[in-house]
Amino acid sequence: MIFIELFLAFAQIAMFSICGGYTAMPLIRAQVVDAHGWMTMGEFADLITIAEMTPGPIQLNAATFAGTRVAGLGGAVCATMGVVAPSLVLVSLLAWVYGRYRNMAVIKGILGMLRPAVVALIASAGVSLVRQAAFGGHAVSLESIRPRGMALFAIAMFLLRKRRLSPIATIALCGAIALVAGVLFGGI
Amino acid sequence: MEKTEKREKSVLYRLFISMFTISAFTFGGGFVIISLMKKKFVDEYGWLSEQEMLDYTALAQSCPGAIAVNAAILAGWRVAGPLGMLCAVAGTVLPPLIILSIISAFYSAFASNPYVAMALGGMQAGVAAVIVDVVLNMGKNVLAQKSWLKNGIMLAAFIAVYFLKVSVSTVILCAALIGIAQQLFSRRKGAAK
Repeated sequence: MIFIELFLAFAQIAMFSICGGYTAMPLIRAQVVDAHGWMTMGEFADLITIAEMTPGPIQLNAATFAGTRVAGLGGAVCATMGVVAPSLVLVSLLAWVYGRYRNMAVIKGILGMLRPAVVALIASAGVSLVRQAAFGGHAVSLESIRPRGMALFAIAMFLLRKRRLSPIATIALCGAIALVAGVLFGGI
Repeated sequence: MEKTEKREKSVLYRLFISMFTISAFTFGGGFVIISLMKKKFVDEYGWLSEQEMLDYTALAQSCPGAIAVNAAILAGWRVAGPLGMLCAVAGTVLPPLIILSIISAFYSAFASNPYVAMALGGMQAGVAAVIVDVVLNMGKNVLAQKSWLKNGIMLAAFIAVYFLKVSVSTVILCAALIGIAQQLFSRRKGAAK
């Protein structure tokens, strides 16, 4: 049954992708291209492009893209459920353990040290994104500077911190400004 | 009785809608969605404390699967139990499912469209600003604790991940080990007294 195959393949991908999106890519390739031949290598490259251009976790994007290709909407739904299933089991177990033991001194101590590390992890993702917006992902230098990206970033920071605009509204507004600026002055 | 039922329904509804909009606007990986969840659930609704959100991030990161899905499970469960968990997960999963099914039908037109590229490029700048905003707030709270160990971990973790490209799970593991070591050390000190 193709639906069960899709479910199992994506459950495996989810189970072994431990640190987020980028470790998932080789796993997706191994299942979708090598093991099952649901996609060619070219289609896989398309998938990565789309996954980066569209919102949502890459595992879910890959599940929908591959599932649709192989077995239509039903395939997409089965593959998506495959991505979610391992998390539902493991994470709800963890949530229970956390709720029960988080006030124990040892656990409290560990969590106390984890929190600053997590802030740093988020900061690192943030700096990469700022570089992408302001320098197009190139090395930081005068030549690679993108004035429009920098201006948008500054506007967004102002709206978020001084005007307390909601994040979603800020992101949507940045997209709209960039679109208008692109249409009026050309380029990105 | 009826009132609490109504309130519960609106909590489930708000969980679903929050995760749906967040998931629909999240480009670029798990930490972006975490920043948006923090803004919504901690700052706006007050459903979680900032510490809980950080703990959930660490837990979501250490479990297999997509970070966004894991974080939705944890937050949903905490806010409204198993039903909340299902609503949050459904909200997270639906936008990629809908968007990708549409896009995979019009793939070539979508990928080569210049207007799409313009809008997406602009949205990236907005996403970057959201993350920086969240990091500034949370970083300030860590610094306010005036613990040299915590500040050191924050700095070292940033250097390790950003400059040295150390894997995220290694960093989390190291921070946890430091936490254990610190506990053992302070206990022994307490026992010696």
